[in-house]
Amino acid sequence: MVEQLVFYALSGILVFAGSMVVTVRNPIHAALFLVLSFFTTAGIWLLLDAEFLAMTLVLVYVGAVMVLFLFVIMMLDVNLVVLREGFSRYLPVGILIAVLLGLELSMVVGASQFGLDIVPAPAHHGAGYSNIEELGSVLYTVYVYPFEIASVLLLVAIVAAIALSLGEHRKNRKGQRPEEQVAVNRKDRVRLVQMAAERPDSDTP
Amino acid sequence: MSLMLNDFLPAAPEIFLLSMACLILIVDVYVPERYRLVTYQLSQATLVVTAILVMFLYPTESVLTFSDSFVLDRMGSVLKVFVLLMTYFAFFYSKEYLRARNLFKGEFYLLGLFAVLGMMVLISGHSLLTLYLGLELLSLALYALVALHRDSTAATEAAMKYFILAALASGILLYGISLLYGATATLDISELHSAIGSEGEGRNIVLMLGLVFVVVGIAFKLGAVPFHMWVPDLYQGAPTPVTLFIGTAPKLAGFAMLMRFLVDGMGGLRGDWGDMLVLLAILSLAVGNVVAIAQTNLKRMLGYSTIAHMGYMFLGLIAGTAAGYAASMFYIIVYALMAMGSFGMIILLSRAGFESDRLDDFRGLNERSPWYAFLMLILMLSMAGLPPFLGFWAKWSVLRELVAVDMVWLAVVSVVFSLIGLFYYIRIVRLMYFEKPTDHSAVAAPGDMRVMISTNALAILALGLYPGALMAVCISAFAI
Amino acid sequence: MPEIPLLDLLPSGLQTLTLILLKIIAIVTPLLLCVAYLTYAERRVIGFMQVRMGPNRVGPIGLLQPIADAVKLAFKELIIPAGANRFLFILAPIISLSAALSAWAVVPFGPDRVLADINAGLLYILAMTSMGIYGVIIAGWASNSKYALLGAMRSAAQMVSYEIAMGFALVGVLMAAGSLNLGEIVNAQAGGFGHWFVWPLLPLFVVYFISGVAETNRAPFDVSEGESEIVAGFHVEYSGMSFSVFFMAEYANMILISVLSSTMFLGGWLSPFEGLVSAETLASPLGSLLDSGFHWFVFKVALFLFFYLWFRATFPRYRYDQIMRLGWKVFIPVTLVWIFVIGVAIAAGIGPWFD
Repeated sequence: MVEQLVFYALSGILVFAGSMVVTVRNPIHAALFLVLSFFTTAGIWLLLDAEFLAMTLVLVYVGAVMVLFLFVIMMLDVNLVVLREGFSRYLPVGILIAVLLGLELSMVVGASQFGLDIVPAPAHHGAGYSNIEELGSVLYTVYVYPFEIASVLLLVAIVAAIALSLGEHRKNRKGQRPEEQVAVNRKDRVRLVQMAAERPDSDTP
Repeated sequence: MSLMLNDFLPAAPEIFLLSMACLILIVDVYVPERYRLVTYQLSQATLVVTAILVMFLYPTESVLTFSDSFVLDRMGSVLKVFVLLMTYFAFFYSKEYLRARNLFKGEFYLLGLFAVLGMMVLISGHSLLTLYLGLELLSLALYALVALHRDSTAATEAAMKYFILAALASGILLYGISLLYGATATLDISELHSAIGSEGEGRNIVLMLGLVFVVVGIAFKLGAVPFHMWVPDLYQGAPTPVTLFIGTAPKLAGFAMLMRFLVDGMGGLRGDWGDMLVLLAILSLAVGNVVAIAQTNLKRMLGYSTIAHMGYMFLGLIAGTAAGYAASMFYIIVYALMAMGSFGMIILLSRAGFESDRLDDFRGLNERSPWYAFLMLILMLSMAGLPPFLGFWAKWSVLRELVAVDMVWLAVVSVVFSLIGLFYYIRIVRLMYFEKPTDHSAVAAPGDMRVMISTNALAILALGLYPGALMAVCISAFAI
Repeated sequence: MPEIPLLDLLPSGLQTLTLILLKIIAIVTPLLLCVAYLTYAERRVIGFMQVRMGPNRVGPIGLLQPIADAVKLAFKELIIPAGANRFLFILAPIISLSAALSAWAVVPFGPDRVLADINAGLLYILAMTSMGIYGVIIAGWASNSKYALLGAMRSAAQMVSYEIAMGFALVGVLMAAGSLNLGEIVNAQAGGFGHWFVWPLLPLFVVYFISGVAETNRAPFDVSEGESEIVAGFHVEYSGMSFSVFFMAEYANMILISVLSSTMFLGGWLSPFEGLVSAETLASPLGSLLDSGFHWFVFKVALFLFFYLWFRATFPRYRYDQIMRLGWKVFIPVTLVWIFVIGVAIAAGIGPWFD
């Protein structure tokens, strides 16, 4: 009973947050609602005993991806007027497609196809069950090939990001070289000069 | 479960390619700017060795490995060899172009190699997961390649359009995959096939919607009408070597994706996806051929011609027989060869500050250089599908298979559109031979480039005279 | 379940709930007291290091100073700047504090003395601490102030960067202990101070603690506050109670990082003399001090907190690009290499940690 209550509460928030993401005008608010929807999704996953996925969702998407996202949105000066141009012109088509898709999905994703009698609910595991261990063991055996491809995908993302952002500026980049700073020697910088006195001794009072 | 050496062997070319790409990545960082050629040479050597490895491992029967998520079969091996060959040519053609525009950077070749890896993974994918990952690996590298020329607003715009639409397509495809998984509870292609049943006994509404999403996703990626909006902009906006690369090798991977998803995975639903492909094919043929007539930019025109050629490629799949698939594969390989030559020609005629991508730039080419005009003639007539060039055999074999399954009306429709398409290919020939040149400068291209492009175009003529060998390879790919 | 009078009178569902609430109170109340007195300790210690007195007027040797401060802040006016987003402006400090406090749910204070003994404790802590950054970002944005926004931007970039190194350091701990449960991580270090993970994981330990200092935006990584350039960074517009909530969150986070460092690398509540002292000595009144227990935990945490204060008194503030360099080019490679080393050590079964 409690579980169902929690589920409905979380789903309610999730649906609300999800619809706010696409309807609010302010992009920052939209991003924050997206954070909220990630968070509630993690909660729903916890109900399914998928604690590793839930925590990783919070850790990666909420804790890192969305932070960078917000970072970028806050830096950009998004002109909402330009963004909304033509909104009303495309609205009828958009609504038509949305209604069609909604109809199709409601036909498919529902009790008729995915009801408990067709797809039974996963059994709860005991307290000693470690989701992480199970995931780890299949990730490095059964799914090792997709796993490696995914890692290559990330490598390509890094290469692409660096190639696109560094670009031509690589050559005339200005920056510190801490290794050179640390390696500085007193001899290179300071010169002690032995000077003859400017005035003869007799002048001193 | 533990992995043995034998499990790795079928993927040896992929593993080699990845290791070399990582090595080149490091070498490229430490090699000084003036020795940038090293990156290029290493990349080319990698492609050659990988191709040799693929040929060495040419299988007699399908081999599954990595918990059945990777398949080594004849179709895959043939496609991989051609992908590697196309990439070799693409890299070769790009060298001078990039140098002249100060774009000759290691990243171009690295991203290219990773894209090739993505194509090979996609071609060999035997699980919905690996197919998707391969596609993403390919696409991600391509987005970056398009955007690599940062000073060009056209390239940036093309990259943006490509990225957004392709990301949308990936999302749609992924949604379709999730529905398929929901309906059959498996990611494995063979298991998916048996869950559906050979005559589609397991057909239900979830599966159908999943199929629709998958077909839409694939059509987006291949640029079939009505999901073609990004193709012309991308072809025109991207730097010509990148257009060349995108226009050739990934098409083969796209064909493999169609085969793996629709034929290997959902063969039982052929009646359903066949109808969808008929629609896509007719629309692609119509829009591609008709709109191409109105173009003044050669790259853009070739973009529309790609759309039309994708339509022809669908025809063989619609036939739904092993011979039909072989014909489609033959078609796509031939198309890639012709597109490579055509874009190579644009690169050859361009120089720093002059892209040579407008139709007017080909005006009176015969007076400037009869030889290149002749090569371009071969390419254009072959694209149009006139005998005795290779393009004719490609169209002929596809149409023959259509007629063999009593779809004469569709064959007639496609012939009509070919005739319309003939117009804009012939127009280029007319411009080259019967108009006065506006630009009288001699064609300046390095010797090796001249040799390669001549080989490319003459191969189309020669293969057109003896099409049997290539066709036999394609047929043998589906013999098991 | 411990015996608590009158609890049996409640229905069973409420019993569990009440018990959990009582436990939470038992953790949070001393924690907030610690926060209050940490501010006092900070001022005294830094005062001592800078050869001055520090607060010494309110109460005996200034001991009532934190109370006085709290009262003062509580009665100050809450100012909401013009043009600020009211809801988010108020929400930001709440997020900060709740993230800082919620991580405490899985912290073990002794054998089996933990609120929620979950498998994925380490991940939970990482996830919760990564939430805290939203307080900072939202505060910076909702304040409608350039200084606040700059502070928030700096802080966001810094926290995201250091979280990676921190996560990798924890991967090392996870590999060494073979568990994500904090209690089991402590138990894996049983057997005297030679068995503590600080020895095999020394580079990770250093990286973790320094990253922790950066994560909490403390000196020398406090560019997000940067008094000298952006006034007070993300909380420049906050006053009274809303400011003090940020303050509490920062100090609660400091204590949390200290607690985690001592739990994961210094054996938590374990005594360093385990196995060195005979059973007879342990039985003696003085010997119980040498036995494992809560006092060792407190002592280790206090040690780390002292480091925090020491750093603040000693080091000049890093510049922004230097922070980024340290995080990305030094810490992440160090952790990556060391994870590899640990992998080899585990495969080779090098004792006394990995056998």
